[in-house]
Amino acid sequence: MTGADVLLLALGAVAVGSGALVVLTDHLVRAGLYLVVCLGAVAGLYLVLAAELVAWVQVLIYVGAVVVLLLFAVMLTRAPIGRSEDLNRPAWPAAIIGGGAGVGLAVLLADAYRWVEVAQGPPGTAELIGEAVFRTWVLPFEVLSILLLSALVGAIVVSRGQR
Amino acid sequence: MSFSPYVPIVALFVLGALFALFSVSIAPIVGPKRYNRAKLDAYECGIEPTPQPVGGGRFPVKFYLTAMLFIVFDIETIFLYPWAVSFDALGLFGLVEMVLFIGTVFIAYAYVWRRGGLNWD
Repeated sequence: MTGADVLLLALGAVAVGSGALVVLTDHLVRAGLYLVVCLGAVAGLYLVLAAELVAWVQVLIYVGAVVVLLLFAVMLTRAPIGRSEDLNRPAWPAAIIGGGAGVGLAVLLADAYRWVEVAQGPPGTAELIGEAVFRTWVLPFEVLSILLLSALVGAIVVSRGQR
Repeated sequence: MSFSPYVPIVALFVLGALFALFSVSIAPIVGPKRYNRAKLDAYECGIEPTPQPVGGGRFPVKFYLTAMLFIVFDIETIFLYPWAVSFDALGLFGLVEMVLFIGTVFIAYAYVWRRGGLNWD
């Protein structure tokens, strides 16, 4: 096992563990904070896999912005800051579905690749991503601006109402 | 990939974690404990603490709009970064692309502005 393998395993364990805590905790705010740990560990995974730009985008967008939006959403609804007793629904169906999907995907991937050595691609630096996005994938990039436009307009319509 | 550029960052993370652990664990041991009303108040950056309504209370929806604005322009900034790094290789084509992109998001910005989304009250 190389150092990268050990890091991958450790970060994966942190991601899965904190992800489980997100759904197991009774505190909605704590669930959001465990999500920070989970998404941060996933960013670490990207970093170990040499996807540098994706890793920092993960930190900036998901850890930095999406979790803030989630916590605001908790504050905007009448969710209590402390424990929520009504969250204790029967957990077995969810556990079976989630665990089954995770183990099933792992088995599928392990079976598909067996012990084939997959050569690692070039590191995902900003130069490479820039070339790819702004040369090959121009149309999706421009369509994305429409998505951002509709997100903002939607936010205004939802929060301000029709006037 | 080589992890050598990240060694200082990891070292700083470790130092920061150690400092936090040290402060939190040493403070109850060596600090004197003389409580009074002001000390037991919730700390809100030095201003008078706002009492929480019973049952948690709800926050104004303006916070949501602010967070949405932040995310949209955060994503726009993220795309500016790889674009700026490979700007020389892309040339005029890249410039036109980015002008179109920013122009579209600016329409949303103008819409938000006109609808009063930037006013707090």
